[in-house]
Amino acid sequence: MGAVATASPDVDSGLETTLEPDQVTVLATPWVTIVWNDPVNLMSYVSYVFQEHFGYSKKKAEKLMMEVHEEGKSVVSTGTREQMERDVQAMHEYGLWATLQKSE
Amino acid sequence: MSGFQRHRRSGRTIATFTGFEADLLRSLAGQLVELLRNEAAVPDDARDPFEALMDFSGPTSEPEDPVLARLFPSAYRDDDEAASEFRRFTEGSLRDGKAQAACLVIDTLEEAGLPPQLEEDGLMIDVELEPDVARTWMRSFTDVRLALATRLGVEDGDEEYWFALPDDDPRAQAHDIYDWVGYLQETLVESLSR
Repeated sequence: MGAVATASPDVDSGLETTLEPDQVTVLATPWVTIVWNDPVNLMSYVSYVFQEHFGYSKKKAEKLMMEVHEEGKSVVSTGTREQMERDVQAMHEYGLWATLQKSE
Repeated sequence: MSGFQRHRRSGRTIATFTGFEADLLRSLAGQLVELLRNEAAVPDDARDPFEALMDFSGPTSEPEDPVLARLFPSAYRDDDEAASEFRRFTEGSLRDGKAQAACLVIDTLEEAGLPPQLEEDGLMIDVELEPDVARTWMRSFTDVRLALATRLGVEDGDEEYWFALPDDDPRAQAHDIYDWVGYLQETLVESLSR
């Protein structure tokens, strides 16, 4: 899957080094929101929703939308489980088919 | 029929519908409200009636109606318990939000001059939507399209199939309406895009 992890914990034995706050967050929060393809939602609408809800640029939103369209799904956000539950609920408000899971 | 446009000076989203079109949109939104409110959003179980009355929390199992199952999909694919918990805390407010959005579509059309019973010919309805109202219409049109598509069994790349149906097939007519709402949706998104 063409996951779009916004950041990945690129740390091997790295716990000895001083972690940047972002890395600490990533290590503690391996959850992702996935949006799945469906035959109904318009490409323009899906892209609009990604811009509107996540504040993504048009370019990024369209890239994610194309992933959903062509690969059947796309990771659209990464964070804590609670944040991902809020994102999934928001996607369901918009009528998008979304799920959350631990990052693979 | 030209769909929605952005009125440049006011920033509003505007459209003109025939009375027939406005009446059809009202009817679709009305059916959605009915569906969302009809199937009780509580699990039917054989609990003590008092206990059941005191439980204000939401449903935990997937709705039986396929349209509702699509509108409120499971949030966890491989964890039934987590999916139930998520549903308990979200489905009620999601239902209310979707019903309120559909009601707003109906109210806007009626405020724009659509009478309770459409009788006169040649009636035209002009709607002017503030951006937040337009966004609510957009979400509600999505719900209407998901509902129609689920009932029809729409799939990716099946345009030929629908096109080949005889005109008097009720499914062909329903699919035409689905396409029309899709066209409106496309112009609505366009009017809101920066």
